[in-house]
Amino acid sequence: MIRMGDEDDLLARAAQGGDRAAFAALVERHYDRIHSLAWRLTGRRDAAQDLTQDICAALPAKLIAWRGEARFATWLYRVVVNAAHDQRRRAATHARAADGWGTWELARQDEMSEADAAQDWLMTAMARLSPELRDTVALVLGDEMTQGQAAEVLGLSEGTVAWRMSEVKKRLRALAAEEAK
Amino acid sequence: MTDELDAMKAAMKAAAPLPETEARTAALRLAMENFDRMQASVQGTVPGPRLSSDRPTSEAGVKGVWKMLKQLAGRPALVTATSALALFAVVLVSVPLIQHGPRLIRPAEISQKPDVAPLAQNTLTPNTPTPNAATQAPPKTAAPKVEAPLSSPKVAAGLALPSQTLPSALDEAASGIAAPELDKGAGKDAGTTALNDQSRTIDTPMPAAPPMDAPAVAEGLASGGITLQAIAPQVRFAASPADAMLAAPELGTEAFANAAQNPVHVTAEDPVSTFSADVDTASYAVIRSSLNAGALPPPEAIRIEEMVNYFPYAYPAPTGDQPFAAAISVMPTPWNPGTQLVRIGLQGKMPAIEGRPALNLVFLIDTSGSMEDANKLPLLKQSLRLMLPKLRAEDQVAIVTYAGSAGEVLPPTPASNRAAIEAALDRLDAGGSTAGAEGIELAYQVAKSMARNGAVARVLLATDGDFNVGLSDPEALKTMIESERKSGTYLSVLGFGRGNLDDATMQALAQNGNGTASYIDTLSEAQKVLGDQLTGALFSIADDVKIQVEWNPATVAEYRLIGYETRALRREDFNNDKVDAGEVGAGLQVTALYEITPPGSPALKNDTLRYAPKTDTEGSGELGFLRLRWKAPGVSTSELAEVPITGHEEADADARFAAAIAGFGQLLEGSVYLGDWGWDQAIALAASSKGEDAYGYRAEAVGLMRLGASLSAR
Repeated sequence: MIRMGDEDDLLARAAQGGDRAAFAALVERHYDRIHSLAWRLTGRRDAAQDLTQDICAALPAKLIAWRGEARFATWLYRVVVNAAHDQRRRAATHARAADGWGTWELARQDEMSEADAAQDWLMTAMARLSPELRDTVALVLGDEMTQGQAAEVLGLSEGTVAWRMSEVKKRLRALAAEEAK
Repeated sequence: MTDELDAMKAAMKAAAPLPETEARTAALRLAMENFDRMQASVQGTVPGPRLSSDRPTSEAGVKGVWKMLKQLAGRPALVTATSALALFAVVLVSVPLIQHGPRLIRPAEISQKPDVAPLAQNTLTPNTPTPNAATQAPPKTAAPKVEAPLSSPKVAAGLALPSQTLPSALDEAASGIAAPELDKGAGKDAGTTALNDQSRTIDTPMPAAPPMDAPAVAEGLASGGITLQAIAPQVRFAASPADAMLAAPELGTEAFANAAQNPVHVTAEDPVSTFSADVDTASYAVIRSSLNAGALPPPEAIRIEEMVNYFPYAYPAPTGDQPFAAAISVMPTPWNPGTQLVRIGLQGKMPAIEGRPALNLVFLIDTSGSMEDANKLPLLKQSLRLMLPKLRAEDQVAIVTYAGSAGEVLPPTPASNRAAIEAALDRLDAGGSTAGAEGIELAYQVAKSMARNGAVARVLLATDGDFNVGLSDPEALKTMIESERKSGTYLSVLGFGRGNLDDATMQALAQNGNGTASYIDTLSEAQKVLGDQLTGALFSIADDVKIQVEWNPATVAEYRLIGYETRALRREDFNNDKVDAGEVGAGLQVTALYEITPPGSPALKNDTLRYAPKTDTEGSGELGFLRLRWKAPGVSTSELAEVPITGHEEADADARFAAAIAGFGQLLEGSVYLGDWGWDQAIALAASSKGEDAYGYRAEAVGLMRLGASLSAR
């Protein structure tokens, strides 16, 4: 995201000004990234796809609010994280049926073909983490962001992100210890 | 050192699903369509619904949008009253485009731009779209239906958009916005529930001024204003009302039930005050946990009656067959020399412990991942262990969990088999969540299977705020709890932990289930709630307890009920046995405080009317008349008891302490009725009226008041 940063910003500015091709390029190059972050945040394939589509649909309007204070990519990630949060909250208020990482076990039985040991471990591990920790993991590990960048996306201090990552490490270690038993 | 993280990173890479080509293409196409539509509407070629009467005529394009955006951002500056905020929150919700619920506008930002307020008033009065606009609206996606919620009355109340649709259009509208051609049903549910949620939120009192972030609102509203039709699918992540009105982000996603403070009533106009008894104490525990964590509790978390009712008072026990005795006292109001404070205390009868009926307890325990914190599931387990010795051999306990290890963890077991119960508690594990766990239905089924002659059945729901108990629709949940209540099984809610606590739902469920809502943050609180009050909280002596006071206009010119805002009843509901009210358990107490102003007092808030009929100054000299109605458990007709309030009842340390606590609550609320009376006076009053305080509750309260004083001095 760093390398592409400047170009993204230029495209985004052009799109704000009404440049159709720039907007098309912008969505085209970010779709996969939005999708993969959405998947890491929700833990569910279908949820990730829906979320990505929602974001794409809303992006033209949302883009107006981008003021260039943050890199476009950072801003976009924030949009994705917020959208995932909203979805999660709504799910929590009503049927929490859709907590992806938690219901992995059920999903896995449906999609046996996709399951392998590494995934199982990942799912178990993610299910152990609180939503906040999962978000942090999704950004820091999944997107190879620095903790500073993740902090910017999440609207937190870098220290908080560092603390969360050490917390994640602790939980993973505890999980490993359990598995060793 | 980072092995674990590296492994996770690798696993994440390996597991990431590739986007489906079709979905990708569809999403990209949708993005482009919306882009085009928005460009068109920004440039004014497509007449769309506008939120701004200040048409950007000379500044077409983005610049004009910016202007509108700024004006919209100023909108929250108007919002000071709670009710106005409620409308505002509804706006946020109904324009299905708002994203960041909890972060809306920081109060600091509001105060920095008060000049925006008058502008906002204007900009939010929209142009009525010409018929032209409606017909020319782009026919793609869900456009025609999306207009329905815009013109539905609830939105109209906030945004003043043209009202063309009937109220009943709301549901239709919900499915309309939420079902764009690209969506597959999930969105429909989301939209519908969001709107259901919204209507519930309107009934539920609103917390005051959430911290908000202007740009975020602007972002959401602006996008809403421009391309409402185009980006309908986004409703899938529109904030639910609960999000929009969340207070104190540092507390996470908590929602509190509260209403504006009771106003001063003029006795001549409105002599009768009616409310439902309340023995909940959750608010006090929430306040304590906030203060101990070094933060003033959000004002909407404060329910003064629950603070006052937290403390045990030495009220005289009822005699004979009466389930209640009233303890009335009258004293000068500590914070206002021109008024008096009337304390009405009710003491519930404590039947001989030996005589209590057997209990059938079903614990419905939330074992979702969020319960793993030390102050949640582990505390719950400890709490239940504390309770076990107080149960009797003939009592039965069952445990049902939802989320995670779903199902019946402990079949109905006599309390004498403590080993089995403790073993079941040990097996409880937080983690994961299970789809469709019919937790609450199972709990009620188990309760039914335990039914025995004369036994009292109760479901105790222990949760940190995740009410995914199997019924996703809050209304259906309430209905179910209500019907189970009628068949004799009551529901109590035990709240654990902070950050996710849905206080409003807790209250609603417990009130519908005739149970109590308690918040457990420490083991000693667990002892109080489950241990000391076991018989009381679990064994009702009177249902639908209603309290009505008729004030005498000759001696009381004005009165104000302190607290009980969420418990108010209509005057005519007092005699209506169909109207539900609070339930009082064995030995429990209910305390209510009125501040009354005698005629001629300098403290009167309202001038006397010149043309009002003269009130009869002769007569009894009584201050008022207290009426109580209640039903014996399981009986459908109520009984009535009446006691005059003579004004000669002397106040004791209990009354003064209750007054200090009411003052404490009002200080936290920022009440306008306290005048110069502040923390120091409240602390002095509480400290001087601690009385015996066998359990140290009052000493703790004084400590909390000191914390509150130093926190609010900052």
